Amino acid sequence: MPEASPMETPNTYRAGPDERGHFGLYGGRFVAETLMPLILDLEQAYKDAQADPDFQRELDELNTHYGGRPSPLYYAERLTDHFGGAKIYFKRDELNHTGSHKINNCLGQIQLARRMGKTRIIAETGAGQHGVAVATVAARFGLPCVVYMGATDIERQAPNVFRMKLLGAEVRPVTAGTGTLKDAMNEALRDWVANVHDTFYIIGTAAGPHPYPEMVRNFQSVIGNEVREQMQEAEGRLPDTLVACIGGGSNAIGLFHPFLDDKDVAIYGVEAGGKGLGKPEDHCASMNGGAPGVLHGNRTYLLQDDDGQIIEGHSISAGLDYPGVGPEHSWLRDSGRVTYVAITDAEALEAFQLCTKLEGIIPALEPSHALAHVAKLAPTLPKDNLLVMNLCGRGDKDVFAVAKHLGVDM
Amino acid sequence: MATRIDKRFAALKKEGRTAFVTFTTAGDPDYETSLELLKRLPGAGADVVELGMPFSDPMADGPAVQASSQRALKAGQTMKKTLQMVREFRKQDNDTPIVLMGYYNPIYVYPVDAFIADCVEAGVDGLIVVDVPPEADDELCLPALKAGLNFIRLATPTTDAKRLPVVLTNTSGFVYYVSIAGITGTKAPDPGEVHAHVASIKKKTELPVAVGFGVKTPDQARAIAQGADGVVVGSALVEALRSTLDKDGRPGSETVEKVVDVVRHIAGGLATRETAAVK
Repeated sequence: MPEASPMETPNTYRAGPDERGHFGLYGGRFVAETLMPLILDLEQAYKDAQADPDFQRELDELNTHYGGRPSPLYYAERLTDHFGGAKIYFKRDELNHTGSHKINNCLGQIQLARRMGKTRIIAETGAGQHGVAVATVAARFGLPCVVYMGATDIERQAPNVFRMKLLGAEVRPVTAGTGTLKDAMNEALRDWVANVHDTFYIIGTAAGPHPYPEMVRNFQSVIGNEVREQMQEAEGRLPDTLVACIGGGSNAIGLFHPFLDDKDVAIYGVEAGGKGLGKPEDHCASMNGGAPGVLHGNRTYLLQDDDGQIIEGHSISAGLDYPGVGPEHSWLRDSGRVTYVAITDAEALEAFQLCTKLEGIIPALEPSHALAHVAKLAPTLPKDNLLVMNLCGRGDKDVFAVAKHLGVDM
Repeated sequence: MATRIDKRFAALKKEGRTAFVTFTTAGDPDYETSLELLKRLPGAGADVVELGMPFSDPMADGPAVQASSQRALKAGQTMKKTLQMVREFRKQDNDTPIVLMGYYNPIYVYPVDAFIADCVEAGVDGLIVVDVPPEADDELCLPALKAGLNFIRLATPTTDAKRLPVVLTNTSGFVYYVSIAGITGTKAPDPGEVHAHVASIKKKTELPVAVGFGVKTPDQARAIAQGADGVVVGSALVEALRSTLDKDGRPGSETVEKVVDVVRHIAGGLATRETAAVK
């Protein structure tokens, strides 16, 4: 397999992607010809939108009055005392409308879809958080919406399926492949190829063909930008440490990106280690246990076998259950700017319970992975180390799964 | 240097025939059956043979080809075995062009330089790689051309006049016109629209143009063939193969024969058009 080559330290970590959508080796536009003209249109439409002050103003309005931004930066006092090290703050993106950071991206993309005159929305979803956020914005703007979801995930996430239906979306089960997130994304891409003229595809994470990774990052960067201001207000300076979980990596890149050039800020991305990194089918840590490859329109770290076939990973968290990762993370990994670690199912479950008991906040299983790494990291850091963890989703959706894992019959 | 593809299309043009391009997935339903089928295709009327390199995530393919990829992978097909099939085929046939069609990741991982070298050595003539657009020509297309392989690009209903030259640059062998905006083997193409697109492509290139995606019957093939230099049929062959498998996906004694029959049938349909045209 091709090896990632060592990189020189760049002057800035915030300049990417280049005009072809590359973050170093990663990213790009690996799509079928039918989609290429549309991808190029989308890129131009996004550039125009970025240059239009009205676009940002409308998005800010929506974020404030509909999404519920800014989300609080909360000092988690009891967890800080419990770990006895770094001063722990939570960025409370679980308090957003629809219960996760996903709405930040969906509001941005639906504004762009409307600007482009598209009249039909499609999306893929794994756990259903992104699907619910898409169905929500589609309802808000009165656009028909089809959400592709793996048949396996539909069984695991019945409440979110019902929410999407209530919101007026059509949820199409995907039985191809293994019936999970990657297959849902394949199916959404197939729909898009067949309906390019009127359809906008709202991709849920900072992955896919250029310009999606850049666009999703920018819509999610509201997280990190708020943290900069809020920490300044709370402590009079920048944080020292950032921690976020990584599936595709949209909440993480949103927190990290505004800080990439602040070299004193230590940054940790937490992948899903599942049952351990020993076998590729046991985890979803593509950067800790995968290799560079090309899937879903971009080059990035992937879980795959020696023949280049994609391997379906495993995680207790359906939201992290994806065999790839956003290309910018792959680049940040190789460049050494961000440290990527893996947390197992068992460690995440423990963190889930700890947060619930000590802070009165039920976190989603995804940020429970981040918290499990905080549990390892915080005790090693001095008390004046300001640590921010992105609490990117609430755990209501996970209580059934957690009960099952804890052997509780509800 | 003229490749087998160039020679074949030139010869057919002289005869006034439309090329019949078949698509089957390498290793479906297993290596042995697939190789036997491959060897029978030219005799049944295939002028150019497209061999699918199975991939776990075939984003541009409909249910029939997706399922055939899954069957092949389940039976243990790999890129190395696909190239081995080509070597075996070449022992008996040194004229029929073979085009490998698939997705980039298994090639990228192979990796690219070794893959191209092995293709040349095995007797592959051309590549169709669905998810490497002209914008990424330096990745695979240019090295493949340099090694003497044809790199066949897809043009689609969304490829407008502005984009067509981009698609045609560095394309060789033939241009594959995708007759529908969609995935393989689903919608039926509209012959009128296809003819118009093919005509506009032919204005811009000397290369032969073959049409595929959604052509299933001899009548369709005949209708689509007008104005085109070739017709590609894939999902219909893959479906014929599937229909002979038992519930565990194992082939029966009639598996190869059934697909060969369909190939013969469609080849016959194309020949009818030509006979009619001569009259």
